[in-house]
Amino acid sequence: MEVPLKWLAQYVDWDMSVEELAHRLSMAGAEVEAVKRSGGDWDQVVVGRVAAIDQHPNADRLRLATVDFGADEPLQVVCGAPNLAQGQTIAFAQVGAQLIDPNTREPRRLRKGKIRGVTSLGMVCSERELGLSDEHEGILVLDTDAGLGTPLADVLGDVVLDIKPTPNRPDHFSILGIAREVAALTRGAVREPLATYAESTVSAHDRTSVQIEDAEGCPRYTAIVIDGVTVGPSPEWMQEALSSAGMRPINNIVDVTNYVMLEWGQPLHAFDYEVLHENRIVVRRARPDERIELLDGSELKLETDDLVIADADRAVALAGIMGGADSEISDSTTTVLLETANFQEASIRRSRARHTEGGTEASRRFEKSLNPELAELAARRAAALIVETAGGTAFAGIVDTYPGKAHTPQVVVPQRRITQILSVQPSVEEVRGILSALGISNRWLPPDRFAVSCPPWRSDIAVPDDVVEEIGRVLGYDNLPSEPLPGAVPDPDIDRERDLGERIRDVLTGLGLREIITYVTVQDSELSATASEATSGPSSVRLQNPMNAAQDRLRTSLRPRGLETFASNQQEARGGLGIYEVGKTFEARPGRQPIEERMVMALVGGEAPASVHGEAARTLDFFDAKGVLEQLAAGLDVEFGLQGGADDAALVRGESAQITVRGKPVGALGKLVPSLAARFGIESDVFALELSVGALAPLLRESETVPSPSIYPAAVEDLALIVDRDTAAGELAAAIGGNGLVEAVDLFDIYEGDQIPAGKKSLAFRVYYRSPDRTLTDRDVEKARRGIVRRLESQFQATLRDS
Amino acid sequence: MVDLVALEAEAQASLADAGDEPTLDAWRVEWLGRRGRLTAVLRGVRELPAEQRPIIGAGANRLKGTLEEAVSARRAELLAAADQGTSIDVTLPGRRPPLGSLHPITLTRRMMERTFRDMGFDVVEGPDVELEEYNFDRLRIPAGHPARDMWDTIWIADDDSGGPRQLLRTHTSPMQIRYLERRRPPIRVIVPGTCYRYEATDATHEWMLTQIEGLVIDRDLSFAHLKGTLEAFVRRMFGADIETRFRCDYFPFVEPGAELGVRWHGDWLEILGCGMVHPEIIEDAGLDPDQYTGFAFGMGVERVAMLRYGVRDIRHFYRNDVRFLRQFEGRR
Repeated sequence: MEVPLKWLAQYVDWDMSVEELAHRLSMAGAEVEAVKRSGGDWDQVVVGRVAAIDQHPNADRLRLATVDFGADEPLQVVCGAPNLAQGQTIAFAQVGAQLIDPNTREPRRLRKGKIRGVTSLGMVCSERELGLSDEHEGILVLDTDAGLGTPLADVLGDVVLDIKPTPNRPDHFSILGIAREVAALTRGAVREPLATYAESTVSAHDRTSVQIEDAEGCPRYTAIVIDGVTVGPSPEWMQEALSSAGMRPINNIVDVTNYVMLEWGQPLHAFDYEVLHENRIVVRRARPDERIELLDGSELKLETDDLVIADADRAVALAGIMGGADSEISDSTTTVLLETANFQEASIRRSRARHTEGGTEASRRFEKSLNPELAELAARRAAALIVETAGGTAFAGIVDTYPGKAHTPQVVVPQRRITQILSVQPSVEEVRGILSALGISNRWLPPDRFAVSCPPWRSDIAVPDDVVEEIGRVLGYDNLPSEPLPGAVPDPDIDRERDLGERIRDVLTGLGLREIITYVTVQDSELSATASEATSGPSSVRLQNPMNAAQDRLRTSLRPRGLETFASNQQEARGGLGIYEVGKTFEARPGRQPIEERMVMALVGGEAPASVHGEAARTLDFFDAKGVLEQLAAGLDVEFGLQGGADDAALVRGESAQITVRGKPVGALGKLVPSLAARFGIESDVFALELSVGALAPLLRESETVPSPSIYPAAVEDLALIVDRDTAAGELAAAIGGNGLVEAVDLFDIYEGDQIPAGKKSLAFRVYYRSPDRTLTDRDVEKARRGIVRRLESQFQATLRDS
Repeated sequence: MVDLVALEAEAQASLADAGDEPTLDAWRVEWLGRRGRLTAVLRGVRELPAEQRPIIGAGANRLKGTLEEAVSARRAELLAAADQGTSIDVTLPGRRPPLGSLHPITLTRRMMERTFRDMGFDVVEGPDVELEEYNFDRLRIPAGHPARDMWDTIWIADDDSGGPRQLLRTHTSPMQIRYLERRRPPIRVIVPGTCYRYEATDATHEWMLTQIEGLVIDRDLSFAHLKGTLEAFVRRMFGADIETRFRCDYFPFVEPGAELGVRWHGDWLEILGCGMVHPEIIEDAGLDPDQYTGFAFGMGVERVAMLRYGVRDIRHFYRNDVRFLRQFEGRR
């Protein structure tokens, strides 16, 4: 909403700078997004006085003006204007000012110049040079008391506040609405505009009727009929006001409807009464295949839920959005039917979205939900202005069809509620003063309450706290007290899944991986390509209006976006790439909210380069990913089991495993199927580690106790075993570790080759024996070793190497 | 006949070659161990002819003593040399253990969570896919309400099951209602979570964003407590000198409503919306709005992260460029 301050000043006074005014309006809720100055960029153009005039020594038609503009020294400029006279107050442009070049009509910076040998240090401006009009015959003579040196913009230009109303304040779409804000902030009063006019003795009811067929879509419709108008240009003051607020003047009747809309926030429409069949109004839904040509020349095919204004036979306006071309005010119009109505916002929104791009000034206001009570105030004001500017006589009364009339409830506000919510105690007079300045009628109900009713231009005063807000915002939130929270701190909820997700982030970050956060949307084809199930995976949630038409599914897996991120970063991945995401996946359930499962996925791959210290370059492989899993296990104090060959269509069967905890599956680890990696543009092998945080959380040890280490020394022995080649090393290690005296087992060498039989391999383990309660003797260790070897022999057909 | 002289020469020579502790140990095993070469000589003494026994025996024992001393001396020599050290090129790159990084949104979310936890707030989460009822209607934003335009919504496609309308939550505010369904005052909770808007992305707008919602309800809380709490939060986040201001704003589920701005490098930046919980929401939760009052607030984590890290384009966050993410190594 553009609010020209000159217009605003008709209704209210303020004694503060524009900046202060804009600031205080914003703080109180009418956000001023911009302060614009009309009349162009008048930087460095100030009020000056022609102190002296001398003849130019070298040119008959030029004179030298000495201009006093409040600076220490007056300046001399060369001027050719015939109307220049000593003592005139003029607009003086200093060097550097931006003016309109009178010849090219383009903006140009004023420079110091020599004209016929005399230096000119500025310019006395014409209206054309200031961009005010085409007038260039002489200089602009100002009629102002402003001091010399005052910026011209303060004298001539208008300042326009660009205000962004919140959805609850349709009155901020009006000059009067803003005037009431200013009145409240200054504790002043609004000068209400005149809305009285003479009426003929003939009743308007004898001239027209209004029938509302859709009372829900149109809670109120008022019509005033004015006879004998003369259509022509509206008065200059009205044209200027409209132009300054960004609207184009058209003719006196239409300008009045626009003027009152801007003044009150209530859209109006004027019909040529004679053009209306049977001179009457019907508000109804459009008929099948009904068409209308609008004022802007567009021809619409209406839908049957479009609300229209019709005469006896046909639609003459798209209700609340735009009038029809047939019934518009023309030069020959002599009788006007003035519509001031109220339309339901949802209906306006539907038709606006269907038939216009971005709506109209009228629809914008109706969509904010106007109070139907406002219609009559605006109708009377417009009728008065039409009679004033276009002549004619209004028929008596208003044809007012008001099916949506509701009782305006009184809101009773206990005085203590103000104190309870705001922690201040404004006096009764102060509260009433603020409310009255806002135009909110109010009474004091002794001993301790106020009775307040919502004014016609607002709909947002319904409960006591609405009134409390009015008081608070006008007092200024920044002037209200501030206190720390009192009282008990409530016990927190326990959310194991969330806590585990955070813990996993910390461990994985500690292992050198980078956290990523990706979009939750994916393509259906990406999901099926990366799904663990070859056939039908969990069904995905489909979006009705996705941001990107192709990605219309919520992810059922972190894989697609993670792989995409891996691919986009592989160029930068010097030293190999390790990324992970902790995020939700979504599984659709018919008729219910989807199952949201917290997952973690890490992707590892790429090449670790050779180091200057002699370490060879190597490609990250399965065991790098498994190392991450093992460290994660340590970090989470959980034992992960791995069952070879994850049943996962996206992972290479022979290089993958299902991850379990106490036999329950919690995730998968393995190499991504190369063709799938290639599909995402990944050039190296990539290994995925995927865990369901939700499945894992209940399997974690709840106790945080740790065993104390034994204070007795360990005995360390190496054990080299020869076993069949396909014996799993992990199972051997587990068997060794099963002995009660074994504290730890490390596999440190694997050998296959000439020195052992074909089809066999040698595995060397370092075994740590230790007792919690005594120092082990050689005999203890030997006995334990023998037990272990016996078990390995029988269970794995293992033999000791070089024994 | 054992040549003790040659044996000693050999032992001393190999001892001189031993340059570190393991080699010394190995040398010891080779010469003086249970099966060591000198030990073997000593053991073999009794098999020697009687006349040689005392000579060889005494000589070998002497040699044992000599070698014991030699190895000790050599060990001391090595230790002394180690203390001197060798000369390396210290400008060569080190072997760097990897340093991972948390995502800047996680870092900022956690900092905000810590700040609120310090003030006694609980932290809970809610579903990303919400019912229209919770996201809008129960927050006093019924269908057709002009305020619905404040949230451009991404809807879940109808699955023809006749179930309630669902959407991607446009804000974390529905958790106000869900939390009130299971908790009684005193309530002091924040809800971090991902939200979604049907909105074109540019340098300052993302369609996916992270929000932190707050809800505080107790007996007789006032706007002063709202101010005190949020001012404390902002001080802790941005430093004690931060300037703040509260301006009137509108959200259907609070009354009075406000917006908190901070002065950042000279400009006022709005960082959160807030207000006193609307009495109808208190009442809908089965509480008496005359006794129980409170406040709610919501803010964008991306916005705070942009200020904190000087990020000018919000799209960097979900582009996940490693060159961007790498810069957050070691931060908390």
